[in-house]
Amino acid sequence: MTVCPTQAIRVVKGKALLNPYRCIDCGECFRVCPTFAYSVMHDNIEVLTKFKNRIALVPGVFFGQFPDNISIDQIHLAMRQLGFSHVYEIEGGVEILKGAFNRMVTSLEYEKPIISSFCPSIVRLIQVRFPGLVGNIAPLIAPADIAAIYYRKKLMEEGADPKETGIFYVTPCAAKIAAFKSPVGEEVSALDGVINLNFLFNKVYHLIFQGKIVDDNPSVEIPLDLPDEKSIRWSLTNGEAKNISGRALCVDGIKNVIDFLEKIENEEVTNIDFLELRACDESCAGGILTAENRFLVVERLNKRARKHGLLIRENPDVKATSFADKADYLLDRIILPQKIEPRSIVLDEDMVKAMQKLKKSRELMCFLPAIDCGACGAPTCQALAEDIVSQKANLSHCIFMQRQMEKHNKLSNDHAFKIIEKVWGASRLDKDCYKKGAKYETN
Amino acid sequence: MMYFDYKVAGGDFTGAGQASSQLKKVLKQLGVNPVIIKRAVIALYEAEVNIVAHARKGTIRIQVTADFVKMLLDDEGPGIKDISKAMEKGYSTASDKVRSMGFGAGMGLPNIELNADIFKITSTPGEGTHLEIIVQFK
Repeated sequence: MTVCPTQAIRVVKGKALLNPYRCIDCGECFRVCPTFAYSVMHDNIEVLTKFKNRIALVPGVFFGQFPDNISIDQIHLAMRQLGFSHVYEIEGGVEILKGAFNRMVTSLEYEKPIISSFCPSIVRLIQVRFPGLVGNIAPLIAPADIAAIYYRKKLMEEGADPKETGIFYVTPCAAKIAAFKSPVGEEVSALDGVINLNFLFNKVYHLIFQGKIVDDNPSVEIPLDLPDEKSIRWSLTNGEAKNISGRALCVDGIKNVIDFLEKIENEEVTNIDFLELRACDESCAGGILTAENRFLVVERLNKRARKHGLLIRENPDVKATSFADKADYLLDRIILPQKIEPRSIVLDEDMVKAMQKLKKSRELMCFLPAIDCGACGAPTCQALAEDIVSQKANLSHCIFMQRQMEKHNKLSNDHAFKIIEKVWGASRLDKDCYKKGAKYETN
Repeated sequence: MMYFDYKVAGGDFTGAGQASSQLKKVLKQLGVNPVIIKRAVIALYEAEVNIVAHARKGTIRIQVTADFVKMLLDDEGPGIKDISKAMEKGYSTASDKVRSMGFGAGMGLPNIELNADIFKITSTPGEGTHLEIIVQFK
């Protein structure tokens, strides 16, 4: 509740309620929740059966989950065994984005700094908390969507039936799943589904670990993608910024991003051409649906990037995967069709009423303890004050206020108990030895 | 109407920006147009930095209504001898050395004026400077 950067969570009857209007799908709550109260919706592998051509689009960080002794070939084979007919990497689309970003940076048409639209959580954060910067977001689609458009076109050209072709993105990111379920700036997603990376990693690793990988059709060569060195690093911290000509900066970690955007908004920091902002610490390697430690993933990706770089440099006939054969087709399709709109959080739509509410909440803050304990079900005392003036909570939700009210005989002991139960659930005041950290701790 | 009061310490560059950040938060909660918020916040930030850079200490009083925000800044400091000159773009009292470091471009006061709907400045050399900045919401 307290980690939420937009204060979207309240505890009611012992359950965490998410305000969908405020939520930016960053997944910070998912990361820290001790009771696994949050879950991420995703498509199950069974959806594959609906299609004849079942394409998995995987980001580089997917391969980074596996230890060094497991080869990319083995992972491909395991994925085929799980039901995918094709496995492609999304980083081929990076080359086209790189060009588009650099053109925007040098064009006077765009307001600087240009903020990358790569991280869907950042786009949502700006909509909710920095509405004045919405115009700075580059209106471009993400590498996964570019890859989806590319491979769909390619398969169609090879004679595949569009109705029988399903393209699935394997994602390390809760926000990407949300972006698929409710896209910002796009009418329909280029994808047919999204698959939780952690879930698929476990399936693949299990097959490999048990030695159940069989080469179903050894005569068919597995087409391995070969994204170049820079493209592989795209989803890591500084992956974009390093490819931009001009002054480009990267900030990762949602709290760091908020601090930085405050400065940009105040014009405390100026003369920046391009901002790469990533919600997760260590960017996608630290995505909430990853299985492996983020620093190991970064190390493995860097190693693979260097390997590809060397291979391409030393063999003139080896070409990196870059989607160059359909560059024009893709360039017509990488611009977001719809404008990204602000989604400001206001106390009231009517400014006069908002003013009254703000005044009243400041008066309430004279009484609230300002220790932000969260026992009332709101993340901070100020959030409780705002909930009270919006008639979503009562002053008696605060346990400090309860003591005061009891002292002045304005609240009975029974009633105080009921209030706690209303927030934290009926049995919350009972003894429970099975909770985390208690005598018979269990999960 | 709501009032917000802040103290500003001369020389504390790290602390500069507190009042403008708080003002920004309030105006966002009220649903003021982001373009107008930006103007108010930039004007206030410039003025805050001026106190930090030139004065010993100062106070900021912000008044927010449903129609406008009014910011009153008073400092105890050297004051400004020639205000009309200080208002010229590029005019600066900074030495060449300071300028070569990228400070004192002489854009502070003109930038405040640019972002304000009403801007008043009075100063007594040797005592201090008083600014009144009004940004209207409509």
